[in-house]
Amino acid sequence: MSWILALPILTPFIGAGACLFLRNRKGVGWISVLTALASLGLAVRLLATVIDHGVIAGQVSGWPAPFGITLVADYLSAAMVLITAIIGLATALWAMAEIGPTSARLGWFTLFQTLLGGVTGAFLTGDLFNLYVWFEVLLISSFGLLAIGGSRSATDGAVKYVTLNLIATALFLCAAGLTYGATGTLNMADLHGKVAAHPDQGLMTVIAILFMLAFGMKAAVFPLFFWLPASYHTPHYAVSALFAGLLTKVGVYALIRVFTLIFTGDQGWTHEILLWCACLTMVTGVLGAAAQSDFRKILSFHIVSQIGYMVLGLALMTPLALVGAVFYLLHHIIVKANLFLVAGVSRRLTGGSDLAQIGGLYRAAPFLAVLFLIPAFSLAGFPPLSGFWAKYLLVRAALEEGAWLVAGIALMVGLLTIYSMTKIWAGAFWKPHPGGYEPVLAQLSPRARVLMLTPMAVLAAMTVLIGVMPEPFVTFATTAAQQLLEPDAYIRIVLGARP
Amino acid sequence: MRSPILATGARLLLPLFLGFALYILLRGHNAPGGGFIAGLIAALGFAIVIFADGPEAARRMLRIDPRSLGGIGLVCALIAGGGAALSGGAPFQGIWLDLPVLPLSTVLLFDIGVFLAVIGGVLALIFALEDSGKAGG
Amino acid sequence: METILAILAGALVTAGLWLMLSGNLLRFLFGLMLLSNAVNLAIFAAGRLTEGRPPLLEPGGARPVGELANALPQALLLTAIVIGFGLFAFALALTIRAYRSFGHLEVDRMRLAEPEEPRGEA
Repeated sequence: MSWILALPILTPFIGAGACLFLRNRKGVGWISVLTALASLGLAVRLLATVIDHGVIAGQVSGWPAPFGITLVADYLSAAMVLITAIIGLATALWAMAEIGPTSARLGWFTLFQTLLGGVTGAFLTGDLFNLYVWFEVLLISSFGLLAIGGSRSATDGAVKYVTLNLIATALFLCAAGLTYGATGTLNMADLHGKVAAHPDQGLMTVIAILFMLAFGMKAAVFPLFFWLPASYHTPHYAVSALFAGLLTKVGVYALIRVFTLIFTGDQGWTHEILLWCACLTMVTGVLGAAAQSDFRKILSFHIVSQIGYMVLGLALMTPLALVGAVFYLLHHIIVKANLFLVAGVSRRLTGGSDLAQIGGLYRAAPFLAVLFLIPAFSLAGFPPLSGFWAKYLLVRAALEEGAWLVAGIALMVGLLTIYSMTKIWAGAFWKPHPGGYEPVLAQLSPRARVLMLTPMAVLAAMTVLIGVMPEPFVTFATTAAQQLLEPDAYIRIVLGARP
Repeated sequence: MRSPILATGARLLLPLFLGFALYILLRGHNAPGGGFIAGLIAALGFAIVIFADGPEAARRMLRIDPRSLGGIGLVCALIAGGGAALSGGAPFQGIWLDLPVLPLSTVLLFDIGVFLAVIGGVLALIFALEDSGKAGG
Repeated sequence: METILAILAGALVTAGLWLMLSGNLLRFLFGLMLLSNAVNLAIFAAGRLTEGRPPLLEPGGARPVGELANALPQALLLTAIVIGFGLFAFALALTIRAYRSFGHLEVDRMRLAEPEEPRGEA
């Protein structure tokens, strides 16, 4: 079992090594695509194994739990690994058309693969300190990717991203250290019982709040989101797409894991805070987006707003709400990454990203317009796209709990999302280009056209697919939520794991 | 500013640093020490050369691009981790070749990998800083 | 001993916070370094202190007798120091780059990515 779990983590690092040696060669992008393809295969195998066997766990180096580092995959982890591999492959292909030899020489593809490895590791680990290590791996790679953009505003964005994330890191480390000091273990399954049985529950709540701060900052939850809109619009578009799809979701995943498995003792306190943070995150994100007039900045603020929905699902903590959160998590990664890829192509064709200075995309590339509308409508929650079901599940869960205000906020934020998407549509696609200049698709070389549009079309097709036949996905999310709410199987398998 | 004393000293100190790094690396097998700290010591030796003779001299002495060195280290560590598959062990489980005099193991290979990766990483960073210093005036 | 370490960690956090609140990026980084060292100390103290009994095998590989220090917090600490070193090195490199491209390190004046007046749509 341990190899099925370890290979999806190891493969990106092997690819990173290969990319490092070949960084001056032309084929380095293909190495990264091949690695992403291999990761995808391994992720599919992992998911198939998890569906067959239920939760699986393995021990690194063969040290038994709770002493060694546990790798563990339940439905949620395995699905997240798969979706990471899908986004990894899509951006790897897309990046071939964007990343020039200068960035490649600086190690762009190496950092890209280590980032994917770090994200995968964070999803598969069953140990709090190991989670910290994977966070750092992906953080250092993301620093590099952000800085390689090279422009002055990229440096500016990187400064804010780096400093605020370093504070979150220190908080996380402090929380992990205090957890160890109080309970004597860092294995998450072991912590479930030990935290619940700890005599000083007040101390546990303090530690829980520290974790909430640390992960909340990574996930860009109100009021800790300021680094995100300050930095996500500055690097290469492929980097933006990857970050938008995956990085904040690692924070959300960590929140879900920690607050369903470990800190469930004082839900009236912790989950109440999460609930109001979630509502404020949704509202501030969408209002922030309404005030922006730059393609990528609008999308960046929408990441914040959508994070609110996922945290809302966690905060309500009912079975249906968690189904909604898991479903939202999976659907959102695909949609958001795709929107940033559309922004990248739009920038290529129109030469800018400020909505006041671009336009005419609909006439130039109707196909691109369709590729924008599918994820945009899905983001806003139009039926029959994936976002509709995600929002439907969450709103219904809120109504069942009698949280009318919360449900109302969620619906209103959906409406405001349509406003922002309409603004992008009107600015970039519908109105003519103000410079009197006609963007045409021929500005992309045929090679770039294939490399950029294929992954976007596939991601859009997945959005439609999830929307048209949501049943298998909802069933999957239901099992995932069940495993989260009843972690007995998870704990039994981790603590009894044989190498 | 170049100082002949520092330049001469650096050339004498480098082998000393490298020797000490090697000692710490091997000692780390059973006692305090290990690949990371050894890598830092070795990188420090080269850093002194950089300060004394400039990055070009250090690059010539190193002979290999530090980034490639880091890559070799990464590959060594990965081989050491993946090698356990051959014996049916868990990932990163140590395999020991019990030779009569010299107990070789994948654990040692992993440590050497860390050693090389640290030298490569630290030197790549210092070179990058030196280069950007020149570019910025 | 724990009390001394706790007070020291608190003092480091205070000093670190004070530095981080000044508007200069370099001071911010130094403050962050103090903060992360305070966290390291806290982990060290949280793992219980055992004086003068390192968790090492005796010469010849004999098992040591009696109470030993807990090796795990030290291993965690070592990892945290290594990671902190890497992060700090990167942050420093970024600071140098920021200084070269902006000519100053005043965080309040770094508004390139977020211009003060968003160009209105009106």
